[in-house]
Amino acid sequence: MKAVLLLNDGTVIEGSGFGAEAEVYGEVVFSTSMTGYQEALTDPSYSGQILTLTYPLIGNYGINTEYFESERINVEGFVIKANCQEPYHRSSFENIDDFLREQKIPGIAGVDTRALTIKLREYGVIQGALKTSKEDIDVHKLMEKSLAQKPYGEKDLVRKVTTKKILQYGSGEERIAVIDCGMKWSIRKNLLKRGFSVSVIPAFLKVKEILDMEPQGIVISPGPGDPVQAPYVTETIRELMNHEIPTFGICLGHQMLALASGAHTFKLKFGHRGANQPVKDLSTGRVYITSQNHGFGVSIESLEGTEFNQTLVNLNDGTCEGLKHRSLPIMTTQFHPEASPGPKDTEYMFDVFAEMVHNYAKKRRY
Amino acid sequence: MPKREDIKKIMVIGSGPIIIGQAAEFDYSGSQACKSLRAEGYEVILVNSNPATIQTDSEIADKIYMEPLTPDIVAKIIEKERPEGFLGTMGGQTGLNLTAKLAEAGVFEKYNVNILGTGVETIKKAENRELFAQFIRNIDEPVPHSFAVSSLEEALEAVNKIGYPVIIRPAYTLGGTGGGFAHNREELEEIVTRGVDASMVNQVLIEKSLLGWYEYEYEVMRDTNDNCITICNMENIDPMGIHTGESIVVAPAQTLSDREHQILRSAALKIIRALEIAGGCNIQFAVNPEKWEYHVIEVNPRVSRSSALASKATGYPIAKISAKIAVGFSLDEIPNDVTRETPASFEPAMDYIVTKIPRWPFDKFRDAEKHIGTQMKSTGEVMAIGRSFEESLQKAIRSLDIKRNGLCCDGREPETNITKIEDNLSNPTDKRIFYIYDALRAGVSVERIVELTKISPFFIYKIRNILEMEKTLLEYTLETVNEKLIKNAKSLGFSDIQIANIIGGGEESIRKKRKKLGVTPAFKMVDTCAAEFEAKTPYYYSTYESGDEIKSSRKKKVVIIGGGPIRIGQGIEFDYCCVHASLTLRKEGVESIIVNNNPETVSTDYDISNRLYFEPITLEDVLEVIEKENIYGIIVQFGGQTPLNLAMPLAERGINVLGTSPENIDRAEDRERFTEVLKKLGIPQAEYGTATNTEKAREIAEKIGYPVLVRPSYVLGGRAMEIVYDESQLERYMQEAIYVSEKHPVLVDKFLENAIEIDMDAVSDGHDVFIGGIMEHIEHAGVHSGDSACVLPPQNISREVTEKIKDYTMKLARELKVIGLLNVQYAVKDGEVYVLEANPRASRTVPYVSKAIGVPMAKLATKVIMGKKLRELGYIGERKIKHVAVKEAVFPFLKLPGVDPVLGPEMKSTGEVMGIDFDFGRAYYKAQIAAGNNLPDKGKVFISVAGRHRRGISDIAKRLYGMGFDILATDGTSKCLAREGIPAEVVRKVSEGKPNVLDLMRRREIDLIINTPTAGKVPYSDGYYIRRYAVELKIPYITTLAAAEATCRAIESMREGEIAIRSLEEYYSEHFNELRLEDFR
Repeated sequence: MKAVLLLNDGTVIEGSGFGAEAEVYGEVVFSTSMTGYQEALTDPSYSGQILTLTYPLIGNYGINTEYFESERINVEGFVIKANCQEPYHRSSFENIDDFLREQKIPGIAGVDTRALTIKLREYGVIQGALKTSKEDIDVHKLMEKSLAQKPYGEKDLVRKVTTKKILQYGSGEERIAVIDCGMKWSIRKNLLKRGFSVSVIPAFLKVKEILDMEPQGIVISPGPGDPVQAPYVTETIRELMNHEIPTFGICLGHQMLALASGAHTFKLKFGHRGANQPVKDLSTGRVYITSQNHGFGVSIESLEGTEFNQTLVNLNDGTCEGLKHRSLPIMTTQFHPEASPGPKDTEYMFDVFAEMVHNYAKKRRY
Repeated sequence: MPKREDIKKIMVIGSGPIIIGQAAEFDYSGSQACKSLRAEGYEVILVNSNPATIQTDSEIADKIYMEPLTPDIVAKIIEKERPEGFLGTMGGQTGLNLTAKLAEAGVFEKYNVNILGTGVETIKKAENRELFAQFIRNIDEPVPHSFAVSSLEEALEAVNKIGYPVIIRPAYTLGGTGGGFAHNREELEEIVTRGVDASMVNQVLIEKSLLGWYEYEYEVMRDTNDNCITICNMENIDPMGIHTGESIVVAPAQTLSDREHQILRSAALKIIRALEIAGGCNIQFAVNPEKWEYHVIEVNPRVSRSSALASKATGYPIAKISAKIAVGFSLDEIPNDVTRETPASFEPAMDYIVTKIPRWPFDKFRDAEKHIGTQMKSTGEVMAIGRSFEESLQKAIRSLDIKRNGLCCDGREPETNITKIEDNLSNPTDKRIFYIYDALRAGVSVERIVELTKISPFFIYKIRNILEMEKTLLEYTLETVNEKLIKNAKSLGFSDIQIANIIGGGEESIRKKRKKLGVTPAFKMVDTCAAEFEAKTPYYYSTYESGDEIKSSRKKKVVIIGGGPIRIGQGIEFDYCCVHASLTLRKEGVESIIVNNNPETVSTDYDISNRLYFEPITLEDVLEVIEKENIYGIIVQFGGQTPLNLAMPLAERGINVLGTSPENIDRAEDRERFTEVLKKLGIPQAEYGTATNTEKAREIAEKIGYPVLVRPSYVLGGRAMEIVYDESQLERYMQEAIYVSEKHPVLVDKFLENAIEIDMDAVSDGHDVFIGGIMEHIEHAGVHSGDSACVLPPQNISREVTEKIKDYTMKLARELKVIGLLNVQYAVKDGEVYVLEANPRASRTVPYVSKAIGVPMAKLATKVIMGKKLRELGYIGERKIKHVAVKEAVFPFLKLPGVDPVLGPEMKSTGEVMGIDFDFGRAYYKAQIAAGNNLPDKGKVFISVAGRHRRGISDIAKRLYGMGFDILATDGTSKCLAREGIPAEVVRKVSEGKPNVLDLMRRREIDLIINTPTAGKVPYSDGYYIRRYAVELKIPYITTLAAAEATCRAIESMREGEIAIRSLEEYYSEHFNELRLEDFR
């Protein structure tokens, strides 16, 4: 199958197509994580994006029922150096080619992904198109269509990926409401593992409906896009903050909590996507290796005057990696403590949050 | 935490000589550590007995002690230098053992020395099998169960707990004999019974067998602030049952899912936290292929061969960072050298695949047991980088320098016999990877191959892709092949030669076609971060893609070709010379570019050259680099024979080969042409002839008289060279020699028996000559120069002979217009000086000479190669020294069961040590101790010599007897000694029944053995068993009269008083360095 990846700056990259025969548009981003392609593909935060992986051999261990982070592939298109046609793993049930085809997602292989990454690093992330076809591909036409697309940053992608109805999990006494902006299943698993019952709720749910559920904790999940494109979530958060319920914002959730408290967010040149980002805890001096996937960040200067203190910093570029509210039980991380893919160094964050929830629940009981 | 201010002076321990299992990687890590500590302002004292190391250069440490690495001697150095800090984790197992012993002896406590990096308690926990297992179990990590049992009943009980299959290892046996795997009760009974018998303590260890489990390694780091990171994980293609040093390894791991990887990563971090390691650490896991289950196999609490590989594979300098951690820094305080803007506290991301393949010495040891398994036998390794596994694998095979251009289609005859193939798959040798290919080719299914090899199908599928490409290419010819297909073949690592062999046309036509079609490699950077950040490190590899990253400068550029993998005959000495050349070029304002493929060495450290290309050293790969760089010239004389072989073909393509011209190199290397040179100069040479068949060889031998030295022409490290004493031996040799090298004839030389052999290293600028050293070999001619101990300055040759040697050297240098290094080997017999060979290139002795005389010969040579004159540099004549430096070779016999540990014309040593003092006896003694031969000062000496040595031995025996040694001898030798008035106790030969000499050895009733072999090769003679036992029981043994005499002198000197230690600087300054300005003619 033929395949073309083009970038809106005029770059045309030919390769061989795999997965579905399709035409997609999106922001082209790279991730340096060497494992976890299945988790990445199914991560809702990649909605609206065409993902390229810097590691050249993808699909080595096939597709496994246990590694889904949502029920479907969320990337628009997939760009790699080589897809493994003959994977081997005792629990693999299909190869990545079939997986993409079933999910109707196009992939392009044979790409010099390192050269592409250097381009994205130097010029910043850029919109583009990916088309796979058995026929010849009209590049000019594709380019025209690509240029006419609404930019990634102007889309409300949260509305696209959020659950349409409330989903209930677990039977724990203490209930966590997860505002689903694009939640990964690992977040749910981490909460269930700590004995909570979990309600995954639509991002557009009204505050009253949330409070009626009487949650002892709130998680604002990661998700795709520019946080300012989903102001209804920020608004919900702002109101919820008055109720002193323990709250944990992860990635997009972190950005939205910052916005809700009056801070600003900004777009990073090429984002942080990978499993090797060093983050330092400013109170202990300890360094953790974290899993990250974000294109926007919280402006550190804009925190001044808000009720938030910065608690964590990215050692590569000094950006904000986490916040703590001065008086309320609210904490955030820009990185993904649920990992998947990535190191489990910061999974303890869920323990910290669980402790906050237990204390809150205890207080409410008396 | 900032660095420690309470410490000013730090002692760093090197790893001593190169041996199997402990190679150049420790020079690399030790050098990095020293440089990094000095950069922080610490004074560094380095101790290492190995002269062929960069770390013993004066630029690397403040003071260098080239002394034996024994607890006594290191304690003396500590007493003298009073360092506040001690870093033992850079010196491999030697360093760790030394640290533990010094701690045990209370030396650190006595002199108030802080152990830096990982502490002694941790070392003990990781090194002691039982403590280790207990410790790992205590932190809830799985470790294989192990039981010590003394009877079959106990064994059955143990198996009840762990289940079959089990591995049975007898405690304390020779060479691990008597062990094995048991899959059922029957096998268990047999092996346990046998093993309990074989064990000296009648005990065997029974352990759950993880045979066939997948093996993964994690390189992890921890700082004292408890920050932990993973540098890299690696996957052994060969599963459990094959030592990781013997396995083909890829990085990163290919077949672990993210979840599995994170489980192992978390376990690894948990282990280093619990062990409180400060610095780098290697952790090995075995993973069950059937279901998710893993075991912790091993922890190395120090930098290692694997950490050197991980450093080169990722660009992350583990040793350097470990040294910084050792003095108190935390990871986030140390910058990442590669990006310069991000900290060292991150985990490298790779965007390529690295393959490591071991280099085995079986081409040198025809008698060695060639199966690979739990015992390490390889001497070195190569690493290759590619953007596909196939590319990386084939590049690595090309790098091995074993006459293979890839996995297939390079002239190698594929095996088609299924039985033979299957046998080789299940009983692996060094050639298994080729048999896998042949198996696929012969139609053996992937499932069957997996069943026999236990290798993950993932890799077998990949190898099958190479076969598919071969099949596809077969449908094309040079004319019909298109750009896409060539590019695809190149992306799978096919060399031009392989493609030529499939589609026709020679290497050159494929190259031309390729260039015409625009299929050329792109060079990509190794940057630790998969292009996420801009990197400053000039470290590259080739691949067939579009994005090339070379930003070549317009400066004057010179390429230095490295020596490739460490193997017998081409060791670390050549890497040492390449490093010196590179550093000198940079100092002279020339950009240096290194091409090499050995991950263990200093030359492939990214800060040694201006640009490093990690590539196979073949004509094709080197030419691609040269074309990319637009160079001024290339230097081939430092990397040994491998680069030298490229001199002519490169010159033919118009490349400026700097230094001695390829034409003159050929005049020296080609026997016929060299004879012409010698004739013209009137220099004597031993009589010889060239034979293309057995008949001719017989004629020549008859004419010049036996014994004769026979060898194929143009060889490396004296391969397949032999001294033959009669016609029958000659005939047997000819049959085998023809097999070794069909193209080249066999040389038959008159063997100068009992001649003194001399090595001479010099630098020449074409007119003037600087003689660095004239070295006298301890062993007489007939022992390969690389294996003979030697002494500088010479002890037993007259002034006239020295003058002749100087004169001949001068004449040869001028006639061959040598620009750069020149090594000449001479034989001296009855006052006559014969030239054996002249090598217009770096020799193995260059580092030793440089260290002995305090003049860096390779640096001097580089300056000369770049156009400077010796006269202006101030180096003419000969360097005189007042001290004595002895070089001793170190052998791999212990690791190679079956090999007769006897010296001969074929090189067998893997490394060397230097002993230095003010008299020969002491210097020789130090060299012996450093080489691990613990010469006794009292006790029993067993003597058994060949008939022709009986006369020479009596003087030695008399001296030993005079010093109070008891003499034991075989019947024949004792009679001969008795005639000289030396009483000797008669001991039975092996063939004479029990108790015999072997029983005495086993009971440790013999302290020194002098055993010279009978002439010619007699396999499995008495002498063979005596020597083999000596090796395995670690009893010092001597196989030549000359060495026996030297040993005598060493023991005499040693008995006179205590051993003194001095730094190299003290030796250099204590005498007047005489450089006589003289023109020989």
